[in-house]
Amino acid sequence: MSTGGIPPEERIPPDSLAWLLAVMAFVIAPHTLQLPLWLSAAVVACGVLRIMLAYRGERLPGRTVRVLAVAAATTGIYLSYGTIFGLDAGVAMLCLMAGFKVLELRSRRDVMVTLLLGYFLLVTHFLYDQSLFTAGYMLVAVCGLTTLLITTQQPTHRGKPLTHVRLAATMLAQALPIMVILFLLFPRVPGPLWSMPDDAGGATTGLSDEMSPGSISELSQSDEVAFRAEFENGPPVYPQRYWRGPVFSSYDGNTWRQADEDVNREPPDVQPVGEPLRYTVTLEPHDERWLLALDLATGVDREASFDAAHQLRQDDPLRERVRYAARSSLQYRLGTTLGDEARRHYTHLPDDTHPQARDLAREWRADTADDTELVEHGLGHFRREPFSYTLQPPRLDEDSIDEFLFETRAGFCEHYAAAFTVLMRAADIPARVVTGYLGGRMNPAGDYMIVRQSDAHAWVEVWLEGEGWRSVDPTGYVAPERVERGLAGAVPDTDPVPSGAFDADGIVQNLALRWDAVNAYWNRWVLAYGPNLQQELMERLKLDSWQRMALALLGAMALSLGLVTAVLLLRNRDPAPDPVAREWQRFCERLARAGLPRRPDEGPRDYARRAAAQWPEHADTIQAIAARYQALRYGLTSAESNDIRSLRHAVKHMPRP
Amino acid sequence: MIRRWMDRRARSGRNVRLGYRQIFILPTRGGLLFAAMVVAIWIGAVNYSNNMAFLLCFLLVGFGLVAMVHAFRNLLGLHITAGRPAPVFAGADAHFPLRLGNPAPRRRHALTLTAGDNPTTATDVPASSECEAHLVVGTSRRGPMKLPVVEVETHFPGNLFRAWARVALDVECLIRPAPETGHVPDPVSEQEPGRGGSPRQGDDDFSGLRTYQPADSLKRIAWRTLAQEQELQTKQFTGEGPGRVWLDYEATRHLPREARLSRLCRWILDAEAEGRPYGLALPDQSIPPASGPGHADRCLDALARFPV
Repeated sequence: MSTGGIPPEERIPPDSLAWLLAVMAFVIAPHTLQLPLWLSAAVVACGVLRIMLAYRGERLPGRTVRVLAVAAATTGIYLSYGTIFGLDAGVAMLCLMAGFKVLELRSRRDVMVTLLLGYFLLVTHFLYDQSLFTAGYMLVAVCGLTTLLITTQQPTHRGKPLTHVRLAATMLAQALPIMVILFLLFPRVPGPLWSMPDDAGGATTGLSDEMSPGSISELSQSDEVAFRAEFENGPPVYPQRYWRGPVFSSYDGNTWRQADEDVNREPPDVQPVGEPLRYTVTLEPHDERWLLALDLATGVDREASFDAAHQLRQDDPLRERVRYAARSSLQYRLGTTLGDEARRHYTHLPDDTHPQARDLAREWRADTADDTELVEHGLGHFRREPFSYTLQPPRLDEDSIDEFLFETRAGFCEHYAAAFTVLMRAADIPARVVTGYLGGRMNPAGDYMIVRQSDAHAWVEVWLEGEGWRSVDPTGYVAPERVERGLAGAVPDTDPVPSGAFDADGIVQNLALRWDAVNAYWNRWVLAYGPNLQQELMERLKLDSWQRMALALLGAMALSLGLVTAVLLLRNRDPAPDPVAREWQRFCERLARAGLPRRPDEGPRDYARRAAAQWPEHADTIQAIAARYQALRYGLTSAESNDIRSLRHAVKHMPRP
Repeated sequence: MIRRWMDRRARSGRNVRLGYRQIFILPTRGGLLFAAMVVAIWIGAVNYSNNMAFLLCFLLVGFGLVAMVHAFRNLLGLHITAGRPAPVFAGADAHFPLRLGNPAPRRRHALTLTAGDNPTTATDVPASSECEAHLVVGTSRRGPMKLPVVEVETHFPGNLFRAWARVALDVECLIRPAPETGHVPDPVSEQEPGRGGSPRQGDDDFSGLRTYQPADSLKRIAWRTLAQEQELQTKQFTGEGPGRVWLDYEATRHLPREARLSRLCRWILDAEAEGRPYGLALPDQSIPPASGPGHADRCLDALARFPV
């Protein structure tokens, strides 16, 4: 066997090895959902092979085999992912390395390296999922890894590999205060440290930066939480819960996009009417630059600005969960003036598109007196004609707007918003599509609102002379229930709707909401904590300079570690020595300092005799102390506290020899 | 220099208790690797702004610090008492018995003891009890040998930190000269013909019993009479008287000193094996003839303590 060069206490007992493999499998297991099948199979094969070799006592594979295996695996990863860098490929590499490391496990040092690799692999899970469930799973994994770290690194360990589960759990519990302190106070560097690979953050669902027929209805199938919001003075009524997201005004005849000019142009003037509504949003990462706010937002406490379409944007894509407070006015005036260039942009339609729609718009123009009336008339069109609201609209092939308006007449909000914007533009009224979310449901278990991807919505803004941008929702004319109550009531029963879109009733729904409340707290207080919140906390704690912060951090660390140490070492102490013996010891120490230490084999009587001979002038005192000590220590009478006190007194007031 | 500083702080004596001042602690290689891994996790956490990764990173930092305290506690308060080692011949391994006392109500795991460059001994000490450990120390030179400074160390838990203490235990092992090997001349000394020259007759001829004397060989105790509850008696054989021999340091004058002691050692062992009474004559002392293990030990120890 190739472990010949390793001393016996360095070798790994087979049952420890089995547990190590089990824990590593537990650590890697969640990744198998993402890894290619061949890779998972290869990792499992490595483990199985290793344990078989261990039980048979056969040689581990040699160096050549291992190098070949690594080369083959790297090639495999390159073929599967097209790269060996980046998050997904990197995770795949790590899993594979863990497999190969297991295959060459020989000594306790190899076990250590494997366990450290295991700890590192835990982090890779967090890049995909940071839910409470993952946290619990990983905590179990950390306990397992730590237990094995303690047992496998103990040379005298002979028993079961899980002997030290309790010790591991205790140590981790003792580490918790330090974790909390570091989490709160350790300076957060705003990441990333280097340019992020594109796939960072994994797949996110959310609004898209362009809109074509079908893009939002697809999103409506998702039950995922988009964001949560807490209102200071209660939420607005359902039909006023329009959460503004990306605004689209560039149109190529099929797809709506955000206008590049919006970023550069002057933001429009905003006149809020009435008291602003104050609320805090905990937004899930969506990998785009916009933030969500209730229409119409007037301020936000985050580094973000409003662009020309009053979209709330920040500089970097949102890659982490954030939390921000915002103010909105439900009554407002937006952009009362519109420049010529902007007017051209908002009325632009590509040439030779949607001839039927243009005809209809011309009809409307002829039938109505002014723009305001035309808008009302146009919206009424969707009620008058037999339009229907469905998540599964028929396919549109050629000219999507015309086909929708005049043939199929069945669609989802994006169809209505797009068609109405086209109609308005054809009538020379500036118009744009606004996407975001409509609705949100209060969670009775947590006093906050959950807005899910299934609440995604699209509506229209038209510009009217003397009034500015007015928000209109053609969907509300087709399916008022959608606007009043939400998606589930609006679409036919045959359409598949995610369960989150339904009202909260029934035990399952109730439990789900409670669970969501727990998650919301987790998100709000743990996951959203970043450089901004830290700064806020520091200001509240009056730790605004870095020196103070460092001092507070070190002080808190020292305090908590000191507490742990005190608890550990106090319980470690020897039982308190007998008070009589303690006094005798003190007496001996005094004489020793004076130059006459007691010999180890010397009893009290001999020692006293020797000391008395050395210092005849104190002979009486010395003899008296020794005699009293002997009487108390070895005498038949039990030591009375009085006697002990007198001995203590005698030793204390002993003349200095 | 650092080692000397440490040794100044080391406790000495037959019985040593490890206190705060004796215990040192530093990360091991595994500990440094662990730290590197934690830093790697931190970098990942910053780069991906991942709070769960931060939590894990800081939990592991806490674990490392706590492990340091645990490693320290694993040694703190340990009592080490040195026992008296049995004398050995030079070149053989001396076994120093140590008693490890654990007054604390919990087990101490994986303590390793190393004396100088010698192999280590690893052991656990059960809660509120004690255990024996033996330090094996190689010997080469005759004479009393002090136990080298003992390093008590532990990497428990998790091999992240190495806590250690150096204790100078005040105990020595008597190293006897290595017996000379090969063919050696007969010890019967020419200088003392009157005491040892008479020819030996058969050892097996039983000639009577006499009262037991402490130096008599156990082989010659009359067990039968002892069983009859009489006093301890020694069987006497004809030929015993003439077999007496004086082993004389001066008789080996032609050899270097250590070789002379080796020769004497061999003679003692041979005479003991033959069951023949022998006396030892050294320049500064002489041990009257007798036989038996007690006598042999006395003679061999005298050789061991022979001035260098």
